[in-house]
Amino acid sequence: MLLESIRMSWENIITNKLRSLLTMLGIVIGVASIIALITIVQGATNSISEEVTALGVNKITVNVRGTPLKQGLSEQDMENIAQVDNISGLSPTIPGTSNIVYEGKVKENVAVQGKNEVYFQSDSSLLQSGRPINILDLESKNQVAVIGGDIAKELYYGLDPIGRDLMIHGTTYTVIGTLTSSSRFSTTSNNEAVIIPYTTALRSLGVKHISSLDVFLLDTNFADDTVTDIERVLHSTFNYKENAYSIFNMGDMIESFQSMMSIMSLLLAGIAAISLVVGGIGIMNMMLVSITERTTEIGLRKALGATPNTIQLQFIIEAIFLSIFGGLLGLIVGSLVAYIATILIGVGFSIQLSTIALALGFSAIVGIVFGYTPARKASRLNPIDALRSL
Amino acid sequence: MTKILNMQNISKSYYMGEEEIEVLHNVNLTVSTGDFLALLGPSGSGKSTMMNIIGCLDVASSGKYLLSGHDIDELDEFELAKVRNKEVGFVFQSFQLLPRMTAMQNVELPLIYTGLSSSERKKRAQSILERIGLADKMKNLPTQLSGGQQQRVAIARALVTEPTILLADEPTGALDQKTGAQVMELFEELNRDGRTIIMITHDENIARHARRVVNILDGFLTEKEVI
Ligand SMILES: Nc1ncnc2c1ncn2[C@@H]1O[C@H](COP(=O)(O)OP(=O)(O)OP(=O)(O)O)[C@@H](O)[C@H]1O
Ligand SMILES: [Mg+2]
Repeated sequence: MLLESIRMSWENIITNKLRSLLTMLGIVIGVASIIALITIVQGATNSISEEVTALGVNKITVNVRGTPLKQGLSEQDMENIAQVDNISGLSPTIPGTSNIVYEGKVKENVAVQGKNEVYFQSDSSLLQSGRPINILDLESKNQVAVIGGDIAKELYYGLDPIGRDLMIHGTTYTVIGTLTSSSRFSTTSNNEAVIIPYTTALRSLGVKHISSLDVFLLDTNFADDTVTDIERVLHSTFNYKENAYSIFNMGDMIESFQSMMSIMSLLLAGIAAISLVVGGIGIMNMMLVSITERTTEIGLRKALGATPNTIQLQFIIEAIFLSIFGGLLGLIVGSLVAYIATILIGVGFSIQLSTIALALGFSAIVGIVFGYTPARKASRLNPIDALRSL
Repeated sequence: MTKILNMQNISKSYYMGEEEIEVLHNVNLTVSTGDFLALLGPSGSGKSTMMNIIGCLDVASSGKYLLSGHDIDELDEFELAKVRNKEVGFVFQSFQLLPRMTAMQNVELPLIYTGLSSSERKKRAQSILERIGLADKMKNLPTQLSGGQQQRVAIARALVTEPTILLADEPTGALDQKTGAQVMELFEELNRDGRTIIMITHDENIARHARRVVNILDGFLTEKEVI
């Protein structure tokens, strides 16, 4: 019986192709916009999250503003922080600015930063060529430098800078590596940077303190605890002065960003869902017209033994068919739109199975809800009136 | 001969606003298996009202109606549908074939509501269409059939469920004299094979083909004995 109802509904839909298509249009638009919006927002969220994650979610950054008495962290302070649990490594930054010179070519006011081996270990993609700063460089306070791509281009032209000299702050360094062009979302640009061992920096740059410290975690699940512990250490270090430092947890930021984006995509989908309701009303309208047209047929079917339930089932199935076809069509259109849009925006394209299920489930529900009233009306037609109406 | 249809004091009233109009007055009628009965009356006499009650499309306002042992007043909508499907084969004046279905599919239709499998339906529909002389028209749509052929398909559809009674409302009304006569021949033949037929008509010449003629006038039944 179900099979027969499906067959009869199907036949009715394909004999009224144009009308069925127009009826579906509302659902098509509704589902297409839901799919497209969710997919585009999801794609953007994923791309941004990935890039930000690449900057390090297992990292807590401590920025030190200092107090008039104590402008930054000392090596001793850093050792105190290293005592905190759940830390795999520390990467300090000694901020410096200097003119750099190679064979008479001068580049002024270049950011020269003191860093350690942990910095290079934390992200293997940092280094483009050559070798990173290692522990030996730090212990021996070697005069070595890793330089950004722009500096390599400007000072060395086409030459490979590795192994060549570089004059920083009046002393001669040897270039040991070059940096990869930096990520879009990085706060500092690596293209113009010069990195030297921080021990060397403390000795020869004239800067005596650490301005920021990247703390790498063993287990990101306990990031909050670690933040608290570090705060306690820093608090006493700066003699309980407010605003001497700030702690920035990258993992937190990604989380709140992602939850913000998912709220946004739900909001957008909710707006798109309104057009689904409009589509449902379209289906209801078409069903009512079709029932009026087929009054005689319904009467005849009843005379031949169709029960009210059978008639109701047939019309509900017809409504569900219309809305599901509309949903499928919308899925295709929405995916295409999303695909093109993600290419144009330059973010990744992937459709979640849950998105598809949501859109199709929603359209089926629309079919049932808006098909119910017309189907019920049809099932209650009096066969005598129906048969007389010809 | 067993009684398969029994009406006792059946009345039917319609309401026109406040006003009650009785269109059938204390009708009594008995039909036995193998009868071929014509219900003869002029326009407005209550023939269609009778047919609706006999065919369980409508229920009487008062009185008792038994069809094949079912007390029709007692049944709900669902059971009435089942009785119509099983006990009554309708033939309408205007054929009432579904235009988008082939002759075969039209004949299968009541069997869908019986709940038979597709193969069983096809088998039965085919054999009845062959029996009625339309073996070569099974795939035709109604528009590809003559009026007489369409009515034969409608008769096949009425017979395919093996109903207790064949109930025909002006079956020749939309046909010319010659094809009308052929349909009546078919009815006589079916009746000779034991089929119980109730036929509604306003035409005495058509009524003459029946074995029993019941006259209806202004909602009253009278029967004169023939032969
Ligand atoms: N739904 C209704 N409401 C009110 N009166 C009705 C209704 N149906 C039928 N009638 C009345 O009942 C009477 C009998 O009607 P019916 O349709 O049974 O006549 P009929 O014998 O079939 O006529 P015809 O040969 O023209 O079809 C008529 O006077 C008609 O006006
Ligand atoms: Mg009539």
